[in-house]
Amino acid sequence: MALTLFDVRRIAELARLDLGDDEKAKMLEQLNSFFRIVEQMSAVETSGIEPLYTPLAAVQEAHLRLRDDVVSERVDREANQQSAPAISDGLYLVPKVIE
Amino acid sequence: MSGAPHALGVAGLGRALAAGELSSVEITSHLLDRFARHERLGTALAIDPEPALTQAQAADRRRAAGDAGPLVGIPIAHKDIFVTRDHVTTAGSRMLAGYRSPFDATVVARLADAGTVTLGKLNCDEFAMGSSTENSAFHVTRNPWDETRVPGGSSGGSAAAVAARLLPAATGTDTGGSIRQPASFCGITGIKPTYGVCSRYGMIAFASSLDQAGVLAQSAEDCALLLGAMSGFDARDSTSAERPPQDFRALLAAPRDGATAGRPLHGLRIGVPKEFFPAALASDVETALRAALAEMARLGATLVDVQLPRTELSIPVYYLIAPAEASSNLSRFDGVRYGHRAEHYADLQDLYRSSRSEGFGAEVKRRIMIGTYVLSHGYYDAYYLQAQKLRRMIADDFQTCFQRCDVIAGPVAPTVAWPLGAQSDDPVANYLADIFTLPASLAGLPGMSVPAGFGAGGMPVGLQLIGNYFAEGTLLHAAHAFQQATDWHARTPPPADARDE
Amino acid sequence: MNNATRPAGLVRGYEVVIGIETHAQLSTRSKIFSGASTAFGAAPNTQASAVDLALPGTLPVANRGAVERAIRFGLAVGAQVAPVSIFARKNYFYPDLPKGYQISQYETPVVQGGAVEFFVGDTPHRVQLTRAHLEEDAGKSMHGVSRDEAERSDGAPGDFHGAWSGIDLNRAGTPLLEIVTEPDMRSSAEAVEYARALHTLVVWLGICDGNMQEGSFRCDANVSVRRPGAPLGTRREIKNLNSFRFMQQAIDYEVQWQIDLIEDGGSVQQATVLFDAEHGETRAMRSKEDAHDYRYFPDPDLPPLAIGADWIARVRAEMPELPRERAARFQSEYSLSLYDASMMTQSKAIAVYFEAVARAGKEPKLAANWIMGEVSRRMNASGLAEIPLAPAALAALIVRISDRTISNAAARQVFDALWAGEGSDVDALIDAKGLRQMRDAGALEQIVDDVIAANARSVEEFRAGKEKAFNALVGQAMKASRGKADPTEVGALLREKLG
Repeated sequence: MALTLFDVRRIAELARLDLGDDEKAKMLEQLNSFFRIVEQMSAVETSGIEPLYTPLAAVQEAHLRLRDDVVSERVDREANQQSAPAISDGLYLVPKVIE
Repeated sequence: MSGAPHALGVAGLGRALAAGELSSVEITSHLLDRFARHERLGTALAIDPEPALTQAQAADRRRAAGDAGPLVGIPIAHKDIFVTRDHVTTAGSRMLAGYRSPFDATVVARLADAGTVTLGKLNCDEFAMGSSTENSAFHVTRNPWDETRVPGGSSGGSAAAVAARLLPAATGTDTGGSIRQPASFCGITGIKPTYGVCSRYGMIAFASSLDQAGVLAQSAEDCALLLGAMSGFDARDSTSAERPPQDFRALLAAPRDGATAGRPLHGLRIGVPKEFFPAALASDVETALRAALAEMARLGATLVDVQLPRTELSIPVYYLIAPAEASSNLSRFDGVRYGHRAEHYADLQDLYRSSRSEGFGAEVKRRIMIGTYVLSHGYYDAYYLQAQKLRRMIADDFQTCFQRCDVIAGPVAPTVAWPLGAQSDDPVANYLADIFTLPASLAGLPGMSVPAGFGAGGMPVGLQLIGNYFAEGTLLHAAHAFQQATDWHARTPPPADARDE
Repeated sequence: MNNATRPAGLVRGYEVVIGIETHAQLSTRSKIFSGASTAFGAAPNTQASAVDLALPGTLPVANRGAVERAIRFGLAVGAQVAPVSIFARKNYFYPDLPKGYQISQYETPVVQGGAVEFFVGDTPHRVQLTRAHLEEDAGKSMHGVSRDEAERSDGAPGDFHGAWSGIDLNRAGTPLLEIVTEPDMRSSAEAVEYARALHTLVVWLGICDGNMQEGSFRCDANVSVRRPGAPLGTRREIKNLNSFRFMQQAIDYEVQWQIDLIEDGGSVQQATVLFDAEHGETRAMRSKEDAHDYRYFPDPDLPPLAIGADWIARVRAEMPELPRERAARFQSEYSLSLYDASMMTQSKAIAVYFEAVARAGKEPKLAANWIMGEVSRRMNASGLAEIPLAPAALAALIVRISDRTISNAAARQVFDALWAGEGSDVDALIDAKGLRQMRDAGALEQIVDDVIAANARSVEEFRAGKEKAFNALVGQAMKASRGKADPTEVGALLREKLG
């Protein structure tokens, strides 16, 4: 299942990555080389097998632990925003979102 | 006290501190000095004397007040994947240059509570993606055994710092082998516990169903001491195993039934999968490992032939699942709330693209691309879902083995450490070298790397031990017995020049 | 009863097909995946914890209260509560979505199936639900942050010279229950009544505060048109309708728009649209369609959610009597009509009030009338949270009307006084205001005779066919009795005497 330059452009857009033309070409080559080793995986018969999304499920029935509905976080906005690129009155600034 | 203080491991240092032979401030100062003199190894991203010495002073006071915990006053450092309040956290990436976290990772907090002194943050491959630490955005780390070679990755800074005796121990993370492989390449001991044993809260996520925190140290005993403090249930992590912290030191020391002084491993069945000794395994590595296995047998263990038929498949399976999860985990790095934001952007989408493209390195971008592709519409079933099913089969294969053995042994990597710059061009070739560590990662099983000898060029070789779920005690015990009978783990790189004394 | 087979009103010959997706904010104290507060109105980002901000290293931990409310909802609509359901990541980039993905549910939601029944006018309807699932809400964008403000900000916004939005993540992580219907509705009126019934239900159950101005209950309407018998048309989705009035307007406009397009030879393209309330129009949003490859996969940070039979049984045992059940009981116990019973169960507050009045006064029909009429009118106008008139007092007032102690007009005066808090004893107020109707039949007959005698011309005009003259005579009699006569009785006597 070989990828094309079109695929690379589409995926880069979905991932919000800007790739230059050289980068795109190199990426295409590397992705295709990678997907060649993936081929051997596709051939294996797996019908009836349950996927293992987390190793916890291999040990025992792993079920979601639930916490009580209480307010347990005291928010320190200043500490949380110490590494923010652009703040105004506690709001994170981004170029206006047009709908 | 005989020998240099930096030659002491965690256990030895603990005893020296308890005996009053030296103070935490003294050992901390000594190690800070060693870091400065070995800067060319590039092990660290941030070493900060001030908080370290303050913590050392507090530790000395604590010890004086009667607190004799084994980790009180022990200097360590953290792989820069763990967020810390006292130091910048970068995850080895320009995306997080200068980032200050308002909270400490759970693992960091627990080690601090146990009395450790944090010297700073250690270098790693960007977002833990890589096997050589060459993917760090800031600088490479050099293998102390041969400074023209890689230390391994992604926890290369941690491994090199311990190997060079700049620290008695360091934290690391292992997603596909990132503790075991650098430990092997640098001739030190490393442990990745069972998935869920250590909290992932505060560990910058790469692949959520694979990431685990662990230890790199001079010995199994030292690993046990740190792991004991780090491990145990954390309510902030929904994947945290509901088990209390364990006394791994006690488990490591407890004798096996029927063991004798000369045969401490009596009754231990060591499974040796034939798939772990393929033709592609370098002969120097194989020689060292066969000798190590023979030593295990001499210590009373029984070697058993087992199979892991899907070992090769673990490469595509891992390299589909891990990037898929990573592509989603890294979406939060968008230049909005923290991290790198581009200087120039015309609109919101431009802000996203520019910030992310400037902030991420080539390997990270590659994995995001792979991950985005395998999850995208039309490809999910054939790639992601199929990989997760094979993952189940790989995990089941291990269970079949564990019916006939207690631990599985084999290589960590097909070769010893390779030269810096040797592998960069073909990322796929890099992926193939992970073949022995990936299967245990996929299954979530605990694994160790134990120094077992030397190979080509005098470079260290590690023996991998894989245990069943929550059997860290069995692994640590076996490693410890091996280390009582051998001294590979105590070897240090020959002094390069006057920097080392 | 399946609405698809019910004969529907066509619009310009087209059948309208509507499905509704509702996002109900669940009334938990803390967020669905973090321990931050969900209280409305806090200063920006003061209720956004490290987890809500998606700071590096943070992880989600699920809130039991959110799950319990989902179970309650599932039981109330007769749905299946899934014994195991999965949280999945829905991946897309947006500034109010800190992780770059929303934790939602995709293939296995917590609630499956169910139905909601309601009336449109006198006609009963039933809408099938496809599913309801748990997910987290996103933050909010504030517009109109000026360049000057941005330049004063802490941090370097680069050399961007356009307009800014300010992102507040207080709302990010608030639990939502997304409730999805089958495309069963065939008119905007039906869609609105469904939304109202759903709104009543979630508030009644105590799982959502229903405050639409604050965004607690938001509806998206999927609208398409087709010729009867034809396959389903392409639908457009009208997003974020937060009032019932706007919902009706928006759907009506959209239907006309789609029909116009088709009649002009065009075809409807799938799109997401917003309702512009100012102009009364729907407009397609500008975001590109390719953004909608969400790359769903099970969230590896959250193991599967298990809901055991014992938990479900416990929730079921604690369920309040549901609106429909109570309406049925009102019909049988208080002989209310179907319509009146459904009006009296529009909210739990109304239902409880009605029942208290009906029990105290024994005139349930009159009680319902007063509640649907005066009480509702004043409650809507005043915005009060609670009815200020004690049920016993309203009941007593109703008794005095039905035993003819006071006229309807007088009753309204007493009602005003009670509502304003002038007093709570109905009889005392009647006497204080001198509102007792004249009961003396003899005295009344005397007054009527006197009026007839004194207003010969009006009598003549009335006999000549002028109804206005009759009213004048009644007015005279009322004046003579100082308002205490019962106008109905006066009228009856006049007609009797004048033939």
